[in-house]
Amino acid sequence: MDVFAYLVAAWVFLAGCYGLATSRNLIHAVGCLSVCQSATYVLLLAVGYRDRATAPVFSDLKPGARPVVDPVVQALALTDVVVGATVTALLLALVVQVSKRHGTVDPDELSELRG
Amino acid sequence: MSPRTRLWLVAVGGAGVAALLVAACLGLPAFGGDHHPYGDRAVEASLAHRTANTIASVNFDQRAFDTLGELTILFAAVLGCVALLRQTRDEHRARPEPAEVAPPVRRYALLVLPVALLTGLYVIAHGQLSPGGGFQGGVAAATALHLLYLGADYRALERVRPVGLYEVGDGVAVCAYLVTGIAALLGGAAFLANTLLPHGTFNTLSSGGTVPLLNAAVGMEVACAVVVLLARFLDQAVEIEEESGT
Repeated sequence: MDVFAYLVAAWVFLAGCYGLATSRNLIHAVGCLSVCQSATYVLLLAVGYRDRATAPVFSDLKPGARPVVDPVVQALALTDVVVGATVTALLLALVVQVSKRHGTVDPDELSELRG
Repeated sequence: MSPRTRLWLVAVGGAGVAALLVAACLGLPAFGGDHHPYGDRAVEASLAHRTANTIASVNFDQRAFDTLGELTILFAAVLGCVALLRQTRDEHRARPEPAEVAPPVRRYALLVLPVALLTGLYVIAHGQLSPGGGFQGGVAAATALHLLYLGADYRALERVRPVGLYEVGDGVAVCAYLVTGIAALLGGAAFLANTLLPHGTFNTLSSGGTVPLLNAAVGMEVACAVVVLLARFLDQAVEIEEESGT
């Protein structure tokens, strides 16, 4: 069971990649990219986990009373969420423009160039 | 490339990546282990600067420069969305019609709106003490405003949400973060070093030195950015229409 959480992260990442490669809709593809990114949250939090530990917040916890999970990877996961959300917003804006200019959101039909 | 060949290619590549990932997972330190040298040092540094929420201390004190990069990404993404989703020459703006809302939805939305807004502001203000902070509270506060769109209609939302003002607020918040960093520089310390203010009493609102200031700047930036982003997407859905015949 020692590596189960890491394997879950790998599985989520590969599921997202499969969705990206077989996607027939750009909005679906953006969703699949978010799935890939969710794998990194699982991986980061799994790396920082410590058995029988609590959250690294000391407002109602005496420092040293209990072990705490790794705060560095939690901060990284926060950064990850923010960057993921902004990238999703930007990609969806691009999809809106593609849909307006080409009249389709199927990546297979977007082969021709248009000025 | 036919879909069938593509699927084969994905299967072969995916199997290779999966094998490498499993090999890497087997080489990682055991799950739940007790060896976290960076985490232990981050907790020590956070307690030394009297910040109760270690994650806020990591984000706004120990890694404040990285958070500046993160803010810049957010700012650039908002700028990109505003540029991509602007009204083009062959489009025009239609005035949205007043919409009928079911009375229970209206009551619920108007009841929850102030609570959600206050919760967002509370989470921003207590970022250095309890779980949460500028990023989380900013999103909560910004989405709270949009309950007005569900509870009333788009025109009501537009009246309480002058987008131009929020765009200015977005820029001002990024500048505030930079100015706090430069102030530390003028005080003779490194850029964004937490030496400007006294660290205060542990577990009070004013503890943590510049952490609450940077936290507030980030809260304002995220709230403004989410409002501007949602406004641009809602504009596309509600207001902007293609000219007929094009």
